[in-house]
Amino acid sequence: MDLRYSESDEKFRAELRGWLSEAVPAHGKSPAVNDWPARRAWDTGWQKKLFDAGYAGINWPKEYGGRDASLTEQLVYYEEIARARAPYVGVNFVGLLHGGPTVMVEGTPEQRAKHIPYILDGSQVWCQGFSEPGAGSDLAALSTRAVRDGDDYVVNGHKIWCSFAQAADYCELLVRTDPEAPKHRGITWLIMPMDTPGIEIRPLPTLAGEGEFSEVFLEDVRIPIENRVGDENDGWRVTNVTLRFERGTAFASDMISLQQFLGELIDLSKRVTRHDASAWEDRALRTELGHVAAELDALWAMVKLSVCESSKTGVPGLGGSAVKLFYTELYQRIGELGMRLLGRANLARSDIASLPDLPTGEIMHRMLNSISLTIAAGTSQIQRNIISERILGLPRDARPK
Amino acid sequence: MDFQLSEDQLALREGLRSFCDGRVPHDQLPELEKAGGIDRSLWSELAEMGVFSLRLAEDAGGVGLGNADAVIVFAELGRRVVPGPLVWTHLAAGLIEGAATGDTIVGGLDLVGGAANGILVEQLLGIDRLLVARPEGLFVLDARSLSGEAVETPTDPLTPIHVIADLPEGEQVGGPSDAARLRLEGAALVAGQQLGICEATLELANAYAKGREQFGQPIGQFQAVKHLLADMFVRQEVARAAAYAAGATLDDPRVGDVQRAVSVAKLTAGEAAVKNARTCIQVHGGMGFTWEVPAHYYLKRAWALESLFGTSEEHAEQVADCVERATHASL
Repeated sequence: MDLRYSESDEKFRAELRGWLSEAVPAHGKSPAVNDWPARRAWDTGWQKKLFDAGYAGINWPKEYGGRDASLTEQLVYYEEIARARAPYVGVNFVGLLHGGPTVMVEGTPEQRAKHIPYILDGSQVWCQGFSEPGAGSDLAALSTRAVRDGDDYVVNGHKIWCSFAQAADYCELLVRTDPEAPKHRGITWLIMPMDTPGIEIRPLPTLAGEGEFSEVFLEDVRIPIENRVGDENDGWRVTNVTLRFERGTAFASDMISLQQFLGELIDLSKRVTRHDASAWEDRALRTELGHVAAELDALWAMVKLSVCESSKTGVPGLGGSAVKLFYTELYQRIGELGMRLLGRANLARSDIASLPDLPTGEIMHRMLNSISLTIAAGTSQIQRNIISERILGLPRDARPK
Repeated sequence: MDFQLSEDQLALREGLRSFCDGRVPHDQLPELEKAGGIDRSLWSELAEMGVFSLRLAEDAGGVGLGNADAVIVFAELGRRVVPGPLVWTHLAAGLIEGAATGDTIVGGLDLVGGAANGILVEQLLGIDRLLVARPEGLFVLDARSLSGEAVETPTDPLTPIHVIADLPEGEQVGGPSDAARLRLEGAALVAGQQLGICEATLELANAYAKGREQFGQPIGQFQAVKHLLADMFVRQEVARAAAYAAGATLDDPRVGDVQRAVSVAKLTAGEAAVKNARTCIQVHGGMGFTWEVPAHYYLKRAWALESLFGTSEEHAEQVADCVERATHASL
């Protein structure tokens, strides 16, 4: 049982750290959250720099231009990215972590040639068109309809929670092609160019006041049949293929960043006053800070344990649900602790000019956005179902058809 | 990095597991209870399994393994609520003659944090020697020379308690740094036992939830129940990662801050053990409230281990201090 990174991991770390120490300051400050053209330029510009330096697609296979780093090198990568406060995937998220890997495995040679190199170098941005108002946790209940007409599918429907839709060139779209078949067997996976006529994007501001999500309305959108990935009605399986790429490192960079944030909260606790002394001298509060810090350390050890297990077995551990469940709930508790440290300054959700010592904006931004973590990518309740049914072997819920 | 159980560690775990399953099944617990928690022949068998000599160097007659291995072994002991001063005798190997071989049963007392609510000694009648950790070092006393008031009904039925009015100083066998090191190693071993409690209580609750039917279906099919079990699993896995990491960090301090890793383990595994044991009782419903169902032994042991080598609050403060120092160093 060895927690030490190997010599080659450390060599990789030293190179990456050296590169980041120059590249990050040179990339400048991140643009305003709702300025989509600027955000796209900033995120894709960073992706291009990673590409030129040979760090793009850290977990992608070499034959597709990726780095194909070992799982421990990936951990080093995420640690260093967070340590250097470098940009993290941003608008490249769907392409790099979802759409790209799916096209790699299930796409035709033409589809691969058209998309893979450009997702990797940042010139092509993707968004996701999976969820619908009537298909959230029960994704397979989706009803956006695609009907064949000549060489096209004609698509009508309503998608929701499409991240980065305003900035995207392509959308990974799930549609229903056979309404008669059982719900998992009538779904097809399509690549939809976002400049196709009939697409309307309506931003759906989040409770954090940010515009990451949109609703996408599709009216007689014609998508060529050659844009289909996998067979018709085989889209559910195609969708699940990307899970093979998920080896429990998805949140790694965010966890390190959360660790830094907690360090900043401890620092803040020494500057804010509680009664007659600093908050840090309030034993109850200090104990609480130590408590969440301990849980965060334990979580990081859990990630290492599951990463080492998957690299030995070659299959993602089932522990991913446990990591996600614990991480997201812990994040929210840390956010609330930060809010309590702010005291009544938490009545504002951006920095207060006359209180320059308080990182009000950052704490409130993290807290408000963390609320989505226990909902997105499988709610905490769905994760608990997965753990109890697939890991503990408890009988499945009686589910109506 | 290979943060996984090695082949040898898996074999070590299997060996201990099958021994404990066979030798200390749940229906043996009432017997052990009558014997005051200590059975000398069981103690000798544990010694033969290497439980006490595990980390002693091979040329000193030990097995020559590390703290990570010891955590794995103590998780197995925790799974079967094996009673007695297992941790103290293990820590005394090499320090007190006969501890490693099981001939001398060594109990212990951690007075580093003071003794504000009296000096409560576990298993006084079953032990030969008493190892005392004080801020100024480690001390040994002859347990048979001590007398005190026996507590009639100890909370953990397998851990009899005596209250001692006057504790002699004893013979010093180590300095302040030895006492500090012993507390760290002890806390990691206790975290191992706490992990074992998490595992055993989840197994018990899981089996019960699958077999017990109400409203015409296994109760484990209700989300309200299965989500309790899912949370038990998460706490168990958090405790496992933290306990293993504490052992690995004690063995190789280059990988991290030893104090921080140990406190993280004692805190997270300690809370997980108490919460999982309580949830196990809850899942068992009314039967969980009886003496007959073994769930209560786990809860009571989890409570007893909570105050050993630092409470949750003390470890939380330690972690806060460690993070504060680390943040300061990196700013």
